[in-house]
Amino acid sequence: MATKGLHTVLNIKLRRELWQMRGQVLAIALVIAGGVGVCVMSLVNYSSLLATRAQYYDQHQFADVFAPVKRAPRHALKEIGSLPAIARYEGRVEGAAKLEMPGFPDPVSTRLVSIPPEGQPEVNRLFIRQGRLPGTGRSQEVAVIGSFAEAHELELGDQFQAIINGRRQALTVTGIVESPEFIYVIPPGGMLPDYQRYGVLWMNREALESAMDMRGAFNSLVLTLRPGYSVASVVDALDRILARYGATGAFGRDDQFSHRFLSDELNQLKTMATVFPLIFMSVAMFLLNVVIGRLISTQRDIVAVLKAFGYSNRQIAWHYSKLVIVIAVIGLLAGLALGLWLGRSLGELYMDYYRFPGLLFRIDPLWLLLLGILTIAVAWLGAWRAIRQAASLPPAEAMRPEGPARYRVTVVEKLLSGIRFSQPSRMIVRQLSRRPVRTLLSMSGVAMATAIVMVGNFQFDSVSLMVHTQFARVQQQDLAATFIDPVNSTALYGLQRQAGIRYVEGRRSVPARLVAGHREWRSAVTGIPSDARLQFVIDSDLQPVLLPREGLLLTDYLAEELGVGPGDVLQLELLEGDRRTVMVPVAGITSEFLGVGAYMDLDALNRELGDGSLVNQAMINLDPDRASEVYNSLRETPGVLGLSIRQAMLDSFYDTLARTFLTFNFFNSLMGGIIAFGVVYNTIRISLAEKGRELASLRVLGYTHNEVAHILLGEVALLLLLGIPLGWLIGQGLALMIVTAMQTELYRVPLTITTQTLGMSALVVVVSAIASGVIAWWRLKALDLVAVLKTRE
Amino acid sequence: MEPGKAARTGSAVFQTRGLTKTYDQGEVQVHALRGVDLDLYGGELVVILGASGSGKSTLLNILGGLDVPSSGEVRYRDIDLSAAGDRELTRYRREHVGFVFQFYNLIPSLTARENVAAVTEIASDPMSPEEALELVGLKSRIDHFPAQLSGGEQQRVAIARAIAKRPEVLLCDEPTGALDSATGVLVLEALEKANRETGTTTVIITHNASIAGMGDRVITLSDGNISGERHNERRQDPRTLSW
Repeated sequence: MATKGLHTVLNIKLRRELWQMRGQVLAIALVIAGGVGVCVMSLVNYSSLLATRAQYYDQHQFADVFAPVKRAPRHALKEIGSLPAIARYEGRVEGAAKLEMPGFPDPVSTRLVSIPPEGQPEVNRLFIRQGRLPGTGRSQEVAVIGSFAEAHELELGDQFQAIINGRRQALTVTGIVESPEFIYVIPPGGMLPDYQRYGVLWMNREALESAMDMRGAFNSLVLTLRPGYSVASVVDALDRILARYGATGAFGRDDQFSHRFLSDELNQLKTMATVFPLIFMSVAMFLLNVVIGRLISTQRDIVAVLKAFGYSNRQIAWHYSKLVIVIAVIGLLAGLALGLWLGRSLGELYMDYYRFPGLLFRIDPLWLLLLGILTIAVAWLGAWRAIRQAASLPPAEAMRPEGPARYRVTVVEKLLSGIRFSQPSRMIVRQLSRRPVRTLLSMSGVAMATAIVMVGNFQFDSVSLMVHTQFARVQQQDLAATFIDPVNSTALYGLQRQAGIRYVEGRRSVPARLVAGHREWRSAVTGIPSDARLQFVIDSDLQPVLLPREGLLLTDYLAEELGVGPGDVLQLELLEGDRRTVMVPVAGITSEFLGVGAYMDLDALNRELGDGSLVNQAMINLDPDRASEVYNSLRETPGVLGLSIRQAMLDSFYDTLARTFLTFNFFNSLMGGIIAFGVVYNTIRISLAEKGRELASLRVLGYTHNEVAHILLGEVALLLLLGIPLGWLIGQGLALMIVTAMQTELYRVPLTITTQTLGMSALVVVVSAIASGVIAWWRLKALDLVAVLKTRE
Repeated sequence: MEPGKAARTGSAVFQTRGLTKTYDQGEVQVHALRGVDLDLYGGELVVILGASGSGKSTLLNILGGLDVPSSGEVRYRDIDLSAAGDRELTRYRREHVGFVFQFYNLIPSLTARENVAAVTEIASDPMSPEEALELVGLKSRIDHFPAQLSGGEQQRVAIARAIAKRPEVLLCDEPTGALDSATGVLVLEALEKANRETGTTTVIITHNASIAGMGDRVITLSDGNISGERHNERRQDPRTLSW
């Protein structure tokens, strides 16, 4: 059989042809590699993060249920431990403290968590990166979370001052640790991580109990479940048992902040693993269709001769299929390598955000196999039409050269009959309109490239707008101080009089469960004074909304989750004070990019709670020259739990995010560039192959090299001119799709596309088109003028 | 102008001295031209006869500025073509030479008129495309695309394209090579008419000896050398030719 062995004549032909059109082969393989690369990268990140998290949770006994209480005696733990659903449990003391970090003037706050005398807790065990856990009876010892230690370059034995429960105390670092509870660390009330100004410390239980006046008691219960028991039933049982101790409502993992954020991120990776490869593969399919189609039409006579010799249709089809498969496999292998490499480097980037002990590098080989099969199948499908054409060519007909190309006067020319087209311009227009499908596909290829670059860039614009809106329109304070317990709003006058403080207003945030029928959401209700000047609720046009005197304003995301609209009545379980449940009407819907909120008039909220005029947060504007003076005095104020500085939050956000987005942008631009190059290069090469004779004839007739290049490149210029605006449209659609797919509780990225983004995407595409244009320009120089006169196409 | 007279009274348009051309074809050296001395005069119609491999196409390519000789000299009036670079050769072709190819080489995406216009647009003193097409008897087919024209018609469009810029020389490479005898005669008529009415120095290369009678002069090439030259007292009317 002729098809056996690598050294059959057909295989030799295949090898030589692959080598001959190596430029085009490479361009197509690159596009395939791009698609496979993004897919593998996303899969690697997805599986690695998932496996890392699962292993971390498993080995460190991450809690299934969390139950905060005001103060419960330790003997209550016995009753809880006897519940059959519970596997392990840990009653802990949690608190907050203000820190004075040496050489760092800004206010720093921290969360304090107790560990049992025996060291590692039963639940939420710590991963010790360095040093050891704080010992029993050593009240000054703490273990510090890694992110905070790194931000302040803390080493074992370092000391700093803390103000816990109003008392100043020196603390010594004995260990640097990580916890499954704090993979993603965000200050309370904040939206963005700030590793310098917010940390987590672990202290010996005895020491923390005495510091917090919690001897023999706990205020936080974490537990894991035995297999087969549902979270909901345990939450109910716990709420019943802990009600008398001031429980604010138990919740499952799904409501735990760090876990939730990570899950959102994993879902976004899944989106990426599907959307991007889809674009790349469709472009690759189109390129294969055109390139293989062209190759086969130039080899009609060869096909005829082979058939005359007795090769079967199947053998011919297989021969050309192999060509496609080789290209696909080159792309696949390059894509795998690219994807694994990118996955690994992106994984390291993720480690900046997520505090894992280490990243497990995982990828399911079955997925890779599937991806491989899919890639080859898609590539083959792309070329299928051309392959079938070759296989079904009757030998006698194939011997004859293809009929002369038929052209028509185009509609465009008729419409623009007033304009005098030069002959080269006519050639360009007619060439494009003679193969409308190919032109359309080339245009789509250019459009896709533009769209991909846009998608990379728009995210930065959108996130910037989101953050800018949050901090310039919604929260206009310089500084927010959170109080340990609610205080009467008259206390704000005291603050107002302090040197350096220009203006103060209060707000009250109350944890609550919002229930509408069978749907419920754990969140907080924020009471804002009716005459607020620093804090606003905004609508979808980013305009401030007037707070209704009664009733709730809900963020649109929350309203949708609860399935309620204005006029509906919500059941509001307030998880503070006497934990009363009230019925409150929804007065309106607002639009917010960050977080999920429910807002009320401050007085109305206090009335519902049965309280006087209480606030638990102060929003402050200060004299910038006296900022550190204010920080210092507030740090010493006993009732103040923590401070957050707006500018610092923004800076640290942009710091981390800019780096991530720059990486992503570069990467997306690269991908877009690859697609643009693949499409344009192949368009030019095919055009050159089809029109080489015409162009050479024109050269003989006295056209200069540049005049002839104009015909070839003018076609590309026209494609870009049509493709880029189309790409902007597609990019907008894709962006909308991504924005929608990536909506989470934490943030909803608004869709905003700047002219800069449009320009950038066009620039990337044009630059890569120019790169392939330069190659074509050189090729054109080598056109053999003599040979063309002698051959008949 | 009397055609015969032009040959005798015109000054030399082309002058070649000791023209050689060697191609390296892999291991083998092919000597296409082995020292050709040739003068071509203004307004004359010259037929260069030769079998395939005689070097006639190479000679035409060098005269047309498509190729440069390996050694020797070729001058077009005061331009030294043997020393010219790509830019000068392009300019030379653009300003002075009209080409007619064996396979017409029309641009398939342009109509007859537009194919001619492709050349007149870049020429300094062209006739109009309509005028040129009328000269070759194709006024009625002016808006047809190449795919809608017969081979002979395509070749006549090619001739119109070549003469439309009023070139000083018209170089024709086997202009009837792809045509049957009856159609070929129509093409030759067009060439003869163009030469007669525009006074363009015309060189036709062919392996077809039957054509020789229509020239003022017939030069025979074999094996890279000029092996014979004769003057026809009277040019034969192309309509009387057949093969």
